[in-house]
Formats: sequence, C-alpha cells, structure tokens
Amino acid sequence: MDHFLNEDQQMIVDLAKQITDEMIIPNRAKYDETEGYPLDIVETMAKSDFFALFVPEEYGGLGGGCFDTVLALEQFGRGCVGIATAYAASALGAYPIVISGSKELKEQFLPDIATGKKRAAFALTEANAGSDASGIQTTAVEDGDYWVLNGTKQWITNGGQAHLYTVIAMTDPHKGPRGATMFVVESTDPGFSCGPKEKKLGIRTSATTELIFKDCRIPKSRMIGRRGAGFITVMKTLDKSRPGIASLGVGLAQGALDEAATYAKQRVQFGKPIISFQAVQHMLADMAIQTEASRALVYVSAKHIDAHPKQMSKASAMCKVMATDTAMKVAVDAVQVMGGYGYMREYPVEKMMRDAKILQIYEGTNQIQRNVIGQELNKEYN
Amino acid sequence: MNIVVCIKQVPDAKDVRLDPETNTLSREGVKSVINPYDRHALEEGVRLKEEYGGTVTVISMGPPQAQAILTEAISCGADEAFLVSDRAFAGADTLATTYTLAQAVAKAGKPDLVLCGKQATDGDTAQVGPGLAVRLDMPFVTCVKKVRTIAKDVLTLERMMDDGYDVLEVDLPALLTVVKEINTPRFPSLRGMRRARDYQITSLTAEDIGADSSRLGLGGSPTQVVSVFPPEKKGDRTMIEGSVAEQVDKLAEILFDSAFGA
Repeated sequence: MDHFLNEDQQMIVDLAKQITDEMIIPNRAKYDETEGYPLDIVETMAKSDFFALFVPEEYGGLGGGCFDTVLALEQFGRGCVGIATAYAASALGAYPIVISGSKELKEQFLPDIATGKKRAAFALTEANAGSDASGIQTTAVEDGDYWVLNGTKQWITNGGQAHLYTVIAMTDPHKGPRGATMFVVESTDPGFSCGPKEKKLGIRTSATTELIFKDCRIPKSRMIGRRGAGFITVMKTLDKSRPGIASLGVGLAQGALDEAATYAKQRVQFGKPIISFQAVQHMLADMAIQTEASRALVYVSAKHIDAHPKQMSKASAMCKVMATDTAMKVAVDAVQVMGGYGYMREYPVEKMMRDAKILQIYEGTNQIQRNVIGQELNKEYN
Repeated sequence: MNIVVCIKQVPDAKDVRLDPETNTLSREGVKSVINPYDRHALEEGVRLKEEYGGTVTVISMGPPQAQAILTEAISCGADEAFLVSDRAFAGADTLATTYTLAQAVAKAGKPDLVLCGKQATDGDTAQVGPGLAVRLDMPFVTCVKKVRTIAKDVLTLERMMDDGYDVLEVDLPALLTVVKEINTPRFPSLRGMRRARDYQITSLTAEDIGADSSRLGLGGSPTQVVSVFPPEKKGDRTMIEGSVAEQVDKLAEILFDSAFGA
C-alpha cells in the first residue's frame, strides 16, 4: 500500500532495503548461529548515515524524527530483528540525551552517536525492577564534583558493545519515583564493567549483558536533566522509542509473510501448489491483513509523535502492542504454513518465530502497554 | 589530489540475454548498473580522497540514461559528475572511446590520478584504461589490487598477477585500472543520496569537448562487429553450489540417479 512517503523518506526506505537485502539477509543465519555481534553491518549502517536519523540536525544528525527511524527499522527488522536491535539500541540509548540532556551534554555526545563512532545503550532494568521501574536499587551519591554509582543493571541491550550508557539510578531513595535521576556513563569510566553475554531464545546476535557499577565515578556534568526527573525522562524516552519496536514487528511480520507466501506457491501437495488450498490462503490472508493494519497504525503513531503532542503514551503503546502481537502471530503461522520445512533451521521462519517473542517483552511488556492505554482511557472518559 | 574515475553503465550480468533474432544484447527490461569493476575504482577514489584529501570527479560516456550511474556515484561519495553524451559517439569502439574520454577528461580538469575498472563486463576488452592513459600521456598500471601509499607524487601499489602480486612505484599523474580485490564498495549514504538528488550533472557534447568528428563513433572506429552469436551448446551443464560437503552429496546423488534412474 502507498503511504505517500516524501522523497527523503523514500530514500531511507530504499537504502535500508538495499542494506537489508544485500547484507543483513545473507548474514542473519550466521549471526544467529554464532551469536556474534554484527559489527560489520552496524558499521555499514553508520557509514550510510542511519545513526544520524535519530539525532537532531544541530548536533550532526539528520533531524531526529520518530517516523524516519521507524522506516529504517522496519526494513532492518524484515531482515533480522537481532541485527536491527543492535542498531535500535543506540537510538534508545541516545533519546534521554536528546530529550532531557543539557546543551553541553548534547554537544559532547550526540555528534559521535550520529556518525556511529560511539554506540549507545539504555540501562533501566534490574533484577528487581522490570515492569515495576520503581524497584530500582542502583544508587548515585554526590561526592564533590562527582557522582558515584553502585548497583547492577540486568539484560542491557548493547552491553559491552556500547561506548556510552544512559543509566537511571536513585539519587534520593526516600522520595520514591521522584528520587531517580539519569546519567551518562562511558564504558571507560572507572568502576564500570559488563557481565558475560546472556544466552537467549532469539535475537541472539544482539548483545545482552549485566552492567556492574562498583564505586563508578563520573563527572557531575554527566547528569541528564534535573535531579529527580529520571523517571519522566525514561517515560518520554519509551514513548518515543516504542514505535521503533513496533516497526521491527511490522518488518518481521512482512518478512515471515514473504517467506510463507513464496513457499506456498512453490510447494506442491496433492498435485497443486499449496497456495491454491483455501486453508492456506486464509492463513496467508489473515497474515497480510494484520501486517498491513499494524504498519498503518505504526506509521500514524510515529507521525503523531513527531508532531510533539502533549499526550503520546497511548498512541505509542497501542502501536507497540498491535504490531508486536501481530509479529508473533504471523511468525507462528508462517512456520505452520511451511510445515516441517518451517521448523527446520535451513529456512528463516523458525528464527523469526524465536525473535518475535522478545518484541512482546522488551521496552515494556505488552501487558504494561495495555495498562498505559487503559490508564489513558480512564483519564479520557472522566 | 584531483582524482578522476571513469565509469560505464552496463547491463546487469545477472540478467544478460541475447536477442535470438539479431544476436545482439537485449537491453529491453534489463537492469543497468555501474560496471562492477568501476564500482571498485570509484570506491578506491573515494577512499584515497578521504585519506589524502582532494576531489573525486566521475566521468561516463554513454546515452542520457547513464545519468543514473553518475547519480549513484555522487551518492557513494563522488564530488562532481560529467556525462559525455552525444549521438555522434554511438557505435564507438575502444579507439574512438579512448579518444572521446581523453578529450572529456582534459575538459573536466587536470587529474593527478585516473582510475578505471580493469574491464567492462559487457565488452570485456580491458583496452579503454590503457588506451586512455596513452592518450593522456600518463604511465599506467593495470589490475591494481592495492594502493599502498602516495608520497611526494609517487604511488606505491600492488599489481595482481596469476602467481601473486608485483609491488610497483609509479609517478603521478598516472592511470590505474583496478581489480575487485582492491576493496569492498560502500553502500550509498543518506547524505550522499540527498546531495545526488539535488546535484546537476554536467553534460558534455562532442562540441563541448572540442572533438574531431571524424574520430568519433562508428565512423572513427576501425573495429567492425560482423556478428555476435552465443557459443554452440555442448551438452547439459549443471552448476553445483554450496559447501564442499553439500556439493559432494549433490554430486553423488546426481551420479546415483543417472546410473539407476531417479
């Protein structure tokens, strides 16, 4: 379907598609198998300016629009959600600086993020703080011209691969959620280290590690926004980033549909290609309907967010739920359409099915998204 | 450093067909691309510019459609682009082509380094690079697989040979033709694509380059193509691809089937 993209947007799609077809798809099975980090592909994306997409122009970027990033992520996600996540994690890590950082902080870090010279990561989750972000136990204490961080973050995407981390820590624990503050921690800071790479069901190429802060000293200038405003920054960051995860879902669903439909045309049973059987046709039709509907909601939501409305949480959460639940369902159905072949690692859909699951979990589980939507509805119908 | 890269538009090798009636290349519906070797020449030019400074100018001789490859070259890092296009150039062999290109290169500026692919995948002559160098009165090295250094107008490079490589020095200005081993061409960049969209390619006609019309096109070409025909088919061939283990399995299967029936 034509979404009437402008010239700049069409260029993003065309180039992301080229990189996906020529570099991501031929290498995705290798990276899934070896679980190595796709540095060559991430560097290609950087050289082609994709890391500039989510950085404002005054800091060396190409604008920083949510929709632009969504268009790129959809293509990358069609190829491999794991590789796409390695890219998306930098956007997520950069957003707190873009949204709440001081001019100095932006000037210090954003230009290098835009060129891809430095990769970023976002550090919120802890062992006891996932969906309930108020359970954060990492602390930051003032010491002269420094902040000293202590604690452990868990399951951090780009852990060990990022050069800078945007980290939330409690500065005033007695104030509860209003006592949390965000900081930029560089991988070279004293007292900072990463754990080993976690072994996951899917997106195996994406690096996921613990971050360990042991008397980690950082200059005071690394505080993002006001003291105590950490949660507000986190919420605004996630509002802006979730359409990106949603677009990974659209891309994955499209990729799975492409594989299943291509296979169904070639596979002959009972003397006919299986696409001629209504049972298969109806499955493919449902996959196509859900994929198109998700894409439409993601695009509209991303454009809505780019218009800087006062309230964007609901749109952001709705598109995330819709597109990632769709990705899961379409991937499962793609495996079903392809039968035994679909279950084999020789074909890409079993990987898509494994990869799809994370989309319903990370950057806020789909249950939490529904909470957000429900709370907004509760306010709207006051 | 003023670097000139000569590029040619060719039919995509994955999609080459002969017209069975005329036995000429069928260009209808066939995708056109930058000659693959020229992609490597362009990439080398852009890399040398990034390392040593200067500008990269791309020149292509061809029909108006060849604009597309010049636009692509700009999006991949070239600074300026010239399309050498005139009906008078049609039917040129390599002698007429090198004459035309030499006139165009002179018009486009005074190059320190001219880069070409080692040959084009359609004509496969590998004559244009060396021919152009002779006309420009420059030393040339063919089949370059690596540019090691450029110091004080002396270029140190590696030339691919059948049994290894030669290390050579050549004075600038010079012309090099490159092989695929020299680099991995980059993808375009978003900034490059935006620049390419707004960039005005300069068109040069026979008159613009001050060419002697008797030396252009078919009339200026001693080579006459009498006929083109596909080689006679000798038996069926099957290409077996994959890892060695997969190839062995497949080969065993084919031999078994041919001996005992499928």
